[in-house]
Parts: sequence; C-alpha cells; structure tokens
Amino acid sequence: MIAAGQPAPDFTLRNQDGEQVSLSDYRGRRVLLVFYPLDFSPVCSDQLSIYQEVKPQIAEKGVELVGISVDHGFAHKAFQEKLGIDTPLLADFEPKGEVARSYGAYIEQTGHSNRSLVLVDAEGTVEWVYESPTPLEIPGANLIFDALETVGSDA
Amino acid sequence: MRGEGETLIVYADLGCPHCAAAWLEICERRASVVFRHFPVASKHPRAPALHAAAEAAGRQGRFFEMVDSLYADRGRVDDPHLWERAERFGLDLRRFEADRRTDEVAARVRRDFESGIRAGVIGTPAMYSPS
Repeated sequence: MIAAGQPAPDFTLRNQDGEQVSLSDYRGRRVLLVFYPLDFSPVCSDQLSIYQEVKPQIAEKGVELVGISVDHGFAHKAFQEKLGIDTPLLADFEPKGEVARSYGAYIEQTGHSNRSLVLVDAEGTVEWVYESPTPLEIPGANLIFDALETVGSDA
Repeated sequence: MRGEGETLIVYADLGCPHCAAAWLEICERRASVVFRHFPVASKHPRAPALHAAAEAAGRQGRFFEMVDSLYADRGRVDDPHLWERAERFGLDLRRFEADRRTDEVAARVRRDFESGIRAGVIGTPAMYSPS
C-alpha cells in the first residue's frame, strides 16, 4: 500500500457518465480516493451511503470524495442511482484494477481492490492512507474526520 | 430511554428494514434502551421525516410509541399516516405538525447522527453497551 509522503500516482479513468477524470484535475484541491471492492455489494452500499451523508462536512474541510472500483461506468451509473448518491465513481475497468494496483490496493486473488482510503493533498502528494484489515470491514467516517483533524491543513 | 437494566445504545434508521426486524428483538431485552437517530437519507429518503416525527412525538411524551409504530407498520409512513398515529397517541396534532418541522428537531436528529459517525457507526442498527 502506498504511504503518506509519497507522490500519488496520476491516472485517467472514466466516471459514471463516461467522462475522463484525471487525478491531476484535482490539483489545488484535496481529494479522498475511496477504493472499494464492487458496486452493488452490500458492504460497499453501506459505506458509500454513509459517506454521502457526511460529504458536506468533509467538503467543509476542503476535501472532495471520489470512489474507485473495477466496475464499468455503466454499472457505476446504476449504482449511483440505486444509492441516491452523487459521489463521482471512477471505473478502474481496463486494464482491470491498474490504478488500484498502482496504489497497492488491489487484491489479485479476488480480482478487485481492498477497501482503502487515500487522502491526496493539493499538490498531489499522499497525506494519509487507511487500508481495511479485510474487504468486509468498512472504514467508519470517523476515521476520515480523525485524519482531517490531524494531518495537513484545511487550506 | 426505555426499559430497565443495562444501558443499550441503539443507533437506528426509521426507514431501515433491518432495524425494524431488530427492533422487535431489542424491545424484548432486559435493558434500558437509548434510541439514537441515524437516518441514512440517501438510502431511505423518507427517514429524515420519520425521525423528525418521532422526535416531535417525543416532545409530547410519545417518542417510543411513535418509533414502535413506525417499525411495526413500515408500509404506512406518509404524512396522513403520521397524522393518524399522532391522533391515536392523543397528541396535539397542530403542535406535532409544527414541532416536526422545526430546526430544533432537525438539529437534535443531526446531533445523534453525528455522534454515531464519531462512534464509528457504519450501518444500522448499531448497538453499544457502555459498561
């Protein structure tokens, strides 16, 4: 898993609407990359629903949320609609899991990423990471708030 | 708080079917149940209104009656159904209607929700025994 202080590997992926999104588009802003295993799995649904509820508080800290999984953009779109969320979801679809792999968040045996959080600062450097012990465990939003209080600045 | 015995803090979503199922079992426990609001609006769009209704009923001493009733009959959660419940519980309907729309009630629900986030709640129902 990538570590705090390292440069966040840049990437370009398509979002739920088929638009290309690069990490470098977020330069000048802080972004929290939420790697999660799969659209529509029960655990991922709970995680993204809870994060949606606290998205305004996270935004107040100057941080945007972006979800990433190996699912295709069409699945992301349907998943977003099902959950009623507006967090952008990026498709790490082809080559499958390449971005998750570059962050050390990919699980080869299962073919999807682990549940991992990577906070990237305005200059594109990793500020903080969290990796779940297993994909079945959701990182509580409290971990995000704890991290935002202890690392970096709100600028 | 309702019941007697060890304190059991329950973070629950009034729009959540899992919570409704668990609520029956929770009510049978020998415990002092503390209900904390944890509406996940994106998942259950009606939840914020239901939590506000329970809180407004609570202002007239009928909090747990409203919670029990909302979980017991999940198919009837629109405004007319809330009014019907309010009347059944002998609430002042005009006051119930005013209370459930106040910022104060919304803030109370939000305060519970945020305490749940701080406690690491990641799904409902979530239960904690402080002792």
